[in-house]
Amino acid sequence: MIQIRDLHKYFGTLHVLKGIDLDVDKGEVLSVIGASGSGKSTLLYCINGLEPIQQGSVEVDGTDVHAKGTDINKLRQQLGMVFQQWNSFPHLTALENVALAPKIVKGKSKAEAREIAAQQLKHVGLGEKLDVYPSALSGGQQQRLAIARALAMEPEYMLFDEATSALDPELVGEVLETMRMLAEEGMTMICVTHEMGFARDVSDRVAFFHQGVMEEIGPPAQIFGDAQSEHTRKFLANVR
Amino acid sequence: MEPTISFFSGFTPNDLLFLGEAALRTLWISVLSISIGTVLGVFFGWILFEGKWAAALTVAPVLDIFRSVPLIIQLVLFYNFAPIVGLNLDPFASGVVILTIYTAALVANVARGGIEAVGTPMRRAARSLGMSYWQDLRHVVLPIGGRAVFPAWVGVALGVMKDSALVSVLGYVELLKASQILITRTQEPFLILSIAGAFYFALSYPISRYAASLEKRWAQ
Repeated sequence: MIQIRDLHKYFGTLHVLKGIDLDVDKGEVLSVIGASGSGKSTLLYCINGLEPIQQGSVEVDGTDVHAKGTDINKLRQQLGMVFQQWNSFPHLTALENVALAPKIVKGKSKAEAREIAAQQLKHVGLGEKLDVYPSALSGGQQQRLAIARALAMEPEYMLFDEATSALDPELVGEVLETMRMLAEEGMTMICVTHEMGFARDVSDRVAFFHQGVMEEIGPPAQIFGDAQSEHTRKFLANVR
Repeated sequence: MEPTISFFSGFTPNDLLFLGEAALRTLWISVLSISIGTVLGVFFGWILFEGKWAAALTVAPVLDIFRSVPLIIQLVLFYNFAPIVGLNLDPFASGVVILTIYTAALVANVARGGIEAVGTPMRRAARSLGMSYWQDLRHVVLPIGGRAVFPAWVGVALGVMKDSALVSVLGYVELLKASQILITRTQEPFLILSIAGAFYFALSYPISRYAASLEKRWAQ
């Protein structure tokens, strides 16, 4: 379970997150929507400790992410993350991209790591591309490669930071399909997204962020059908 | 008739051997300086990248001095003033020290550029997989950044190899010094400098060919 309490985040003097309280249960799929600059991506970075926080706390399965004594590298193995830019390692083949972290972080043998990698690549539909370099993959394939790379660490949670925003429109579908598959398999997911269809169909809950505040959170039916906040309604009217 | 003493004599096959030996010395001093200098330079590059303003105030100006002052001045100053502080180094050792520092100063900026070329998003992706700072540096930044600045590094390495000719002013008999000795004896500067030039070319060309083939392989 991820527990966020009174989370405040500043970039210099810019107050990006203004007191977020949020619980995400095991097995839940939470979509986070909102305009650019509303702080939703920053929330993900604070959850896995890529950004320091100034106030409040984030706990993952009872471990305080930002506490001094926390082994953040170990904790991050529980928190797979997929970014807007897929960031494939260009010097490694698809298989090596996925096998690298299990090998050096988890200390798996080379054969074991490659087996895990091959399995995860098949899982995301890249079973034919094991020995291909990222430069020969499409954006959608590279993003699925990034998903496989994160899954190879066998995380308990997956964080998606606008995983489809940088893709050509015709490639968005395959990545959303992969995310949908993970959700059906019971993966706990927090998806920062602009894909309202995905948020509505796949999520258990949808959170709307506005200027660093979580304005509203609830089941998709409520957010998309009967939003309480004026800001939510306005945002949804604009994106539809 | 008194036999005349001959001060000059023509170019002989033995002289070619002499030049070849000198070329090996050029190669040796270059390989030493470039390898040690590269390791140091990568370390300084990392300090420049991570050290922010602290590095800008300390390491950066020192490296700038070594990059900016002509190598020949550095060599002569070091060779003549090192003994004052008790460092009695022969021309070879002095040459290696100065060429190494000079290489390090040039490589430092190349290395910093390499680290910058990797970029924060890529490094965050690595860290998000649970890699430690050092694992990220070793397995992501080094190979990706290294490839990005490899052509620049080859340029530095070839430059230093040619600049090693300046160590001749200290009396170390490398390729250029050997040529000067032969020119004095044979009075055939055109021939001998052409041969010396050919030796330098023979040392550089394989390196640049090999570098080009590596780049081609990485481009896949």
